Amino acid sequence: MRLPEVVRHSWTVASKDLLIEFRSRTAIVSAAMFVILVLLVFTFARDPTAVAAVDLAPSILWVTLTFAAVLALNRAFQLELENQALDGLLLAPIGRSSIYLGKLLANLVFVGTVELIGVPLLALFFNVTVWPYAAPLALVIVLATIGFVSVGTLFSAMTVRTRVSELLLAVLVLPFMIPPLMWASRATGPLLAGRPLSDIIGWLKMLAAYDIVFVGLALLLFPATVNE
Amino acid sequence: MRLLRAGRWITSTALLLLAGVYVRALVYTPLERMQGAAQKIFYVHVPAAIWAETAMILVGLASVFYLFLKDPRLDRFAAASAEVGTVFAAIVLTTGPIWGKPIWGTWWSWDARLTLTLFLFLLYVGYLLLRNAVTDPAERARFAAVLGICGMVLVPFIHFSVYMFRTLHPMPIVLKPSAPSLPPSMLVTWLLSLGVFTLLYVGFVIQRYALSDLREQLEAAGDGGRGTGGERGDG
Repeated sequence: MRLPEVVRHSWTVASKDLLIEFRSRTAIVSAAMFVILVLLVFTFARDPTAVAAVDLAPSILWVTLTFAAVLALNRAFQLELENQALDGLLLAPIGRSSIYLGKLLANLVFVGTVELIGVPLLALFFNVTVWPYAAPLALVIVLATIGFVSVGTLFSAMTVRTRVSELLLAVLVLPFMIPPLMWASRATGPLLAGRPLSDIIGWLKMLAAYDIVFVGLALLLFPATVNE
Repeated sequence: MRLLRAGRWITSTALLLLAGVYVRALVYTPLERMQGAAQKIFYVHVPAAIWAETAMILVGLASVFYLFLKDPRLDRFAAASAEVGTVFAAIVLTTGPIWGKPIWGTWWSWDARLTLTLFLFLLYVGYLLLRNAVTDPAERARFAAVLGICGMVLVPFIHFSVYMFRTLHPMPIVLKPSAPSLPPSMLVTWLLSLGVFTLLYVGFVIQRYALSDLREQLEAAGDGGRGTGGERGDG
């Protein structure tokens, strides 16, 4: 009976966050705009005659998604700052891990939505064929996103109450994002070039290992970031 | 105070021995056939790299124990180890390019291990920044411990990447599953250097630890002083 309870509680926390997000829609619209603007920056910053779009696409994709994720991660615990909402959440009769999982879930939905907007736009702006590789590409994106959102959610619980929270979170989380980012972008390259899935299975395994390790670790460590 | 003095002694001894190791490395150790004199930097670069990474692992271990035992000494050790690790990572990142210029023909290359040492350095700086940003000592210790543990867990992923990427970096020649493929005289010099760097790490950490210990005593005494002052005023 323990497991379903954790799932139910974390879903309650996540749906609370998502409902707030859905009612106002400020953050998600800003994040989507941000993704579009970063893609535009890349469009105008590159020399289209020098590098083929398909060679550049994986880097552009991952840079854009990383920046969007870093910006989005701040949101989760910022919501709880007003009116000491975090204290209320901590007093709720649910486990700390449910709070973390709930926040993680909400962040994943948020970043996932941004990615759903970003990837088609990348395909459109840079004329890259994405559709035939949609399923494996989605797998790479999901695995990488879980990896860095898990670490980011944990860190944002700590940085949110410091003075320079946005900047500090970016500085802390980027070194952790870079390994999964590196593997994901190495996997995206062959994928978009039409290579078989067996070429990237090593990267997928690394990403999965990273996810398992860091989600587990964050579950263990999260109580230490909020205990009063 | 005694701890601080001990730390100073160890550090000065280690610095003297470092000079000694370098005399041995430059004068008594043969030149490498392909790389010539540039290879001499290996005797600083590799021990510093080993300690830069080990320091991160020690930060992580101290952090794990801190979260269980809540002993402020563990937190102090982790902070000290992180600061020394930062210095060692900086040594790796400066000696690396100096070697890279003649051998690779470029100061910097985005080679896997080089890049990841840079991240190790950034991880340390982030750790120290987080410590600075949090004012409450207990909260600072907990947050730092969380980041320290995550940092330690990231290191094996860094190590994996070394073998997964095609790299320009020389593959490990001492720390590898088979026997070290190094001529005995070079190996001895290198081992001596590793010993000296170990001593340097220990010396620096002890000094840093003693300093934060003294600072805490001072702060406690400062509060106590203010307290007695108030009492005297009352009397």
